[in-house]
Amino acid sequence: MLDLAKYSSIGAALKDAMERFAAETCLIEADREREKARLTYAEFDAQALPFAEAMQHVGFSPADRASIIMTNQSKWLISAFAIFYSGGVLVPLDYKLTPGEHWQLLQHSNAKILITEYPIWRQLSAAPARAAATNLQTVLVTEAPPNADLAGAHRWEEFRGSAAPVFVPRERKDIASIVYSSGTGGRPKGCMMTHENYLEQCVALTSLYPFWPGVRYLSILPTNHAIDFMVGFFGSFACGACVVHLRTLRPEFVRDAFTKYKITYVSLVPLVLKNLQKGLETRFAELPPAKRKVFDFLVGINKALTKSHPRLWLSRRLLKQVHAAFGGELQAIIVGGAFTEPQTLQFFYDLGIPVANGYGLTEAGTAITVNDLKPFRADTVGKPLPGMEVKIVDPSLDGVGEVYVRSKTVMSGYLNEPELTAETIVDGWLRTGDLGKFDAQGHLHLSGRKKNMIVTEEGKNIYPEDIEAAFESLPAKEVKEFCVFAANYIWPKRSMIGEELIIVIHLENNQSFTDQLKQEIIQRNNRLLNYKRIHGLVLHDQDFPRTASLKIKRNELAERLSKLDRDRVILPL
Amino acid sequence: MPTLENTTQEVLTLAEQHFKLAPGSLSATDDFFKKLGIDSLQTLELLSRIENHFNIELPDYEVQGVSDFKTLAERIQSRL
Repeated sequence: MLDLAKYSSIGAALKDAMERFAAETCLIEADREREKARLTYAEFDAQALPFAEAMQHVGFSPADRASIIMTNQSKWLISAFAIFYSGGVLVPLDYKLTPGEHWQLLQHSNAKILITEYPIWRQLSAAPARAAATNLQTVLVTEAPPNADLAGAHRWEEFRGSAAPVFVPRERKDIASIVYSSGTGGRPKGCMMTHENYLEQCVALTSLYPFWPGVRYLSILPTNHAIDFMVGFFGSFACGACVVHLRTLRPEFVRDAFTKYKITYVSLVPLVLKNLQKGLETRFAELPPAKRKVFDFLVGINKALTKSHPRLWLSRRLLKQVHAAFGGELQAIIVGGAFTEPQTLQFFYDLGIPVANGYGLTEAGTAITVNDLKPFRADTVGKPLPGMEVKIVDPSLDGVGEVYVRSKTVMSGYLNEPELTAETIVDGWLRTGDLGKFDAQGHLHLSGRKKNMIVTEEGKNIYPEDIEAAFESLPAKEVKEFCVFAANYIWPKRSMIGEELIIVIHLENNQSFTDQLKQEIIQRNNRLLNYKRIHGLVLHDQDFPRTASLKIKRNELAERLSKLDRDRVILPL
Repeated sequence: MPTLENTTQEVLTLAEQHFKLAPGSLSATDDFFKKLGIDSLQTLELLSRIENHFNIELPDYEVQGVSDFKTLAERIQSRL
């Protein structure tokens, strides 16, 4: 692994990785059963540098911003390296957002260059919101068909310079990327992550889970996500490891990839991990009784022998078939993005497959705590990573309070939001808005949220304010005002799972809640992506409390609603 | 080439078989996340079955944001 203490920027570290690991494979890209690309570090470098030169040639200057909206593929990483090589700021956006949301964030981030895939660009270029992104000068599109109308974009594959690009050094405190933790449809929260944030996070994570040349990391989470950016790009490359990209997430191809590419590490969100568990449980249940008995006996032995720490070589021998289905070389599954139920973690550990469970948020530079497996604990989110100071503020009698974090990995602030930044980072401490407590062994237990938001099992952070746009212009003669909340924000629950959003509606005087209005709400709700939808409705018969500038006082409204019986007032949608 | 109506009907039948539902219990405008109570992964499994049936490939991005059978059938139809 590179000695990251010596570097001041991601670009400088990656540049050295290209030389140091030149002959190692850094990237494999597969589309179903077809392998589309296999690159060594030297080949990767040879693709990225002419691209960087072409970017510089069209006026991409140090600290300029370039956005990537792509599925996980080789050109994502090649483009990102070219951006860092040129001293630019990367703005990675979730390709699953709508065109309107993409344009909103492209405008907010002031991106000068956009790098995207043809099918995404087809939708983006046709969207009326395009006019808003006035700073955008160059659009590069990958994999466009030969006669396609590019609507002003250039082909990524032909965007090549002939001279050597200039390497632009950056300082540790400079912004490396702007990562949106939320804000589509509402107030965009663009986390400004510095080069130091990434360099320090990488050192901390690899101290617990080392990567090395020969490691194959299966990149399934989108690379715009903080976890995959670190583990499936920068961290892997800083260690000379190989990233395997799949162009489809169909479960059968993901399963095949484990065996075909002998995967060493993979990061998953809880939803996918639970799905894997379900699949395995079904297969175990189909075993003939005698075989099942033997299997259960072997699992029992494995559990007893791995109590204090994992013994991979032993588990692979005892439970050969299970491990063979995962390729036989899996070191650990990294799970993140949302809270994972202990019984799922325990299920895999009992099979001899360690799960690196942790807790983090984009604002903190990805991970804050990670389970170090010494011993494995399914009931906690682990201990703070090296370099992380974590404290519990205003604890109640049972020790539960808000989790605060101070570290070199904490973002420098939210883009264009000094007030929000000042509320979130106080005296160097990041207020996470999550509730938890430490146990005697120094493990953090999470037990709910203080903030008005939910996290889905797919690892999506959903802020109620972002959902409200979908319900604007509900019939004004019927609906006087409305507000969306995370139900647990109003009625706190000591739980991190099953979180739901609700809409609170105040009808106009003399109006009743008609079936027609209900259908209208359902219709609008269905237009939202499935994980963003609200699950219930509360009818409220008083005016909402408002500020002098007529903004809803959400805290006050939530406090008022909290006096009502949750189970009785929420009408299911 | 089959009509969009035929394709839609075939998709509905495949979904009913896949999720073990009585014939005719799904309709074109149904939101499959809501009606079937499924998550995005279960949708991907259904898509694999649909691909095999129609002998086509539907890239993940093609079905991004699609949540009703009618729109899904339109995406399939464009690749037949």
